[in-house]
Amino acid sequence: MSDIAAVPQPLQKNGKGMFAGQRQELVINSSLFGLLIFIGTEIMFFAGLISVFMIIRAGTDTWPPAGQPLLPVGITTINTIFLLVSGFTMYLARKAIGHNNTKALTRWLGLTALLGAIFLAVQGSEWVRLISFGLTISSSTYGGTFYTLIGCHGLHVLGAMIALLRVLYKSVRGTTYSSSNRTGVEMCSAYWFFVVAIWPILFVLVYLN
Amino acid sequence: MAEQATSEVQHTEQMSFVRKYIFSVDHKVIGKQYLFLSLFMALVAGTMAYYVRWQLAWPETAVPGAGWIPEPTAFSGIIPPEFYNALVTMHGTIMVFFVGMPLLLGAFGNYLLPLMVGARDMAFPRLNMMSFWTIFTASLCMIASFFVEGGSAAAGWTGYAPLSADPIYTGVTWGLNLWIIGLALEFTSFLMGGINFLTTTVTMRAPGMTMLRLPLMVWMQITAAVLFMLSVGPLVAGAILLLLDRTVGTGFFLPGKGGDPLLWQHLFWFFGHPEVYVVLLPGIGAVMEILPVFSRKPIFGYRTIIWSTMVAGVLSFLVWAHHMYVSGMDPNLVMPFSITTILISVPFAVIIFAFMATLWGGSIEFKTPMLYAIGTVTTFIIGGVTGIFNGSPPVDIFIHDTYFVVSHFHFTLFPSVFLGGFAALYFWFPKMFGKMMNETLGKIHFWWTMICFNLVFIPMFVLGMGGHMRRIYNPMQYDFLKPMQGINQFITYSAILLLLGQIPFIVNFFWSMFGGKKAGDNPWNANTLEWATTTPVPHENFDTIPTVYHGPYDYSLPNQNEDWQPQHLEKEPAAVA
Ligand code: HEM
Ligand SMILES: [Cu+2]
Repeated sequence: MSDIAAVPQPLQKNGKGMFAGQRQELVINSSLFGLLIFIGTEIMFFAGLISVFMIIRAGTDTWPPAGQPLLPVGITTINTIFLLVSGFTMYLARKAIGHNNTKALTRWLGLTALLGAIFLAVQGSEWVRLISFGLTISSSTYGGTFYTLIGCHGLHVLGAMIALLRVLYKSVRGTTYSSSNRTGVEMCSAYWFFVVAIWPILFVLVYLN
Repeated sequence: MAEQATSEVQHTEQMSFVRKYIFSVDHKVIGKQYLFLSLFMALVAGTMAYYVRWQLAWPETAVPGAGWIPEPTAFSGIIPPEFYNALVTMHGTIMVFFVGMPLLLGAFGNYLLPLMVGARDMAFPRLNMMSFWTIFTASLCMIASFFVEGGSAAAGWTGYAPLSADPIYTGVTWGLNLWIIGLALEFTSFLMGGINFLTTTVTMRAPGMTMLRLPLMVWMQITAAVLFMLSVGPLVAGAILLLLDRTVGTGFFLPGKGGDPLLWQHLFWFFGHPEVYVVLLPGIGAVMEILPVFSRKPIFGYRTIIWSTMVAGVLSFLVWAHHMYVSGMDPNLVMPFSITTILISVPFAVIIFAFMATLWGGSIEFKTPMLYAIGTVTTFIIGGVTGIFNGSPPVDIFIHDTYFVVSHFHFTLFPSVFLGGFAALYFWFPKMFGKMMNETLGKIHFWWTMICFNLVFIPMFVLGMGGHMRRIYNPMQYDFLKPMQGINQFITYSAILLLLGQIPFIVNFFWSMFGGKKAGDNPWNANTLEWATTTPVPHENFDTIPTVYHGPYDYSLPNQNEDWQPQHLEKEPAAVA
């Protein structure tokens, strides 16, 4: 490994409690890097839930058990499409700020938030219906795995929505983001991509099983 | 720029007491907070061990010093079976999660990592502060669990289902819920810590500090952080499901409701085995810093050690079912897991040989930190070797769930947490508190601890081979164990001595902190960056960020004036005679 040029650096603070200017070039922004590590652990968290599902599913013959409703595949497929499209609009938002286009940023972020909200609303109303059909978290392992896997994902989407609304609010006010200052957008989109990407796996496993 | 630095320092002097010592974002203060928390928790868990040992040696007699515990937890000092189970459970839980991790990662990781990489603080100081207050809350949950109705968790530190999944089995209700919540908070705390450790190391190294110039302690800390963060997710998932089983009536781990109790064991040990390395690596990381300094030699095989650690790290994800040979899992899994288990001892053997080669031919100086470092290695060898016995299914079928296993894991965890932790504390105390610790008391503490530790745990191997089950309340209930009761009593005597042996340490610790000899900036003539800055370490660590010119272990190089070469100084040209 080659040495980094040896120049003593003065004390510099970037105003966010983080210190910059110690290395010649940062390979990656610290906040983004930290978030990526966090997403790594989140992936392992879902891997754990998924293995629970697969093991319990493999140990049960009748799935769904007698008297338990089927899951709403049709409407959830449409909902899946909404979520996937929101991933694409988020990608466009990211691209927009790369080109320093704050108007487009706000537009795409807004659309993403709208799609996310639709996804959550549809999921919620489906849950209400399922509960009325007698599928609850404690009615069977079928209900238990459904509500925990899908519920954990829903909570993650909700969390991502809150972050997204914050970024959206800042971008509506206009001056916050630019092509050279877009860490907030990048972090928000990284997390959004994560919740979007994990969904199809859960959908195929839980709904199409 | 110098002005800026001074104004910064003045600014901190004006900070209120609360900001400076309690809700501090300074990694050095946070490291010390972790240190005090873990030492306190060690006292708590050590006391529990004493109660447990007394019950095993003189079953159902009043434990001296337990008379204050109210009924029905204890009866005038006599410990009933329910409380015994709680004690065993909480001793293990606290020692692993509230002593081992906060001491080695929380205290030394936080204190040393930014200094060693040459940064002014962690990447996310506020997150760092949160991580401490999260584990603080978690500790409160654990302690509070003793005072709720039904007592604290009593399903073993591994919390096996279905015992843990339904309150009807142990009678413990909120105690076990608090145990789960406390653990979840602890995991969150170290998740924040791990993000900080990794980000700081990757993005905030001083100029010239390449990855292969990092002190090995940093490598061990970040490997431990990665192992922790990759393994903890599934257990958090499992913990949520367990809590749901207990509270809302799901049945993920309850066979009667279509669940699978073995599932919990898989989730727990998928985390559990990497976790033992999370505790081990920083412990031997301290050893890796200490051995070169006190033998005045470069560490042997710097890169080999890093590679071995990584191999062991990867393998640690592939061995978990060696805890489950007799659990009733698919027997076809036994063979592959025993192979990976035997394989994982290879990288550790490599590291041990690197240690021996480091010592070989060095000018060894037996200061207290060095004694502890060597003690760590020698003790750990016994732990590692007995691990191979556990890993061979034919042997393990017999010794599983006996005191042999208990002894094995104490021979691995005690060296890493306590011997390694003490090595680190005696070594870095001068930097952390500006004073030297007393050598005589230190040596008394070392020999006392080493000897008593072995007197406690070597006889336990004998008990285990004699078939003495672990986690039983009263050995006298079994005829075939009665002849071995003398050994049990011997162990208890030794354990009491081991606990008393910590008094010299406590005295030394506080006495040195306030009245010890002043330590200079670099009392051991060591190379790494934490010794390059002044003592006490200034706010933001360095007046100017140092530039690093070479690796951390350049001791006794030929053609140099000194037998040490601080990382921030260029090598001197050879002195011409
Ligand atoms: C060098 C390689 C090692 C091998 C091959 C090994 C192997 C094993 C095996 C097979 C068991 C299960 C025994 C049984 O329950 O029947 C076991 C238990 C255990 N080992 Fe190790 N081990 C090694 C190192 C370590 C280290 C470094 C630590 C900790 C720092 C550790 C901590 C534990 C603990 C805590 C348990 C018992 C858990 C319990 O059932 O409560 N081991 N080991
Ligand atoms: Cu293991």
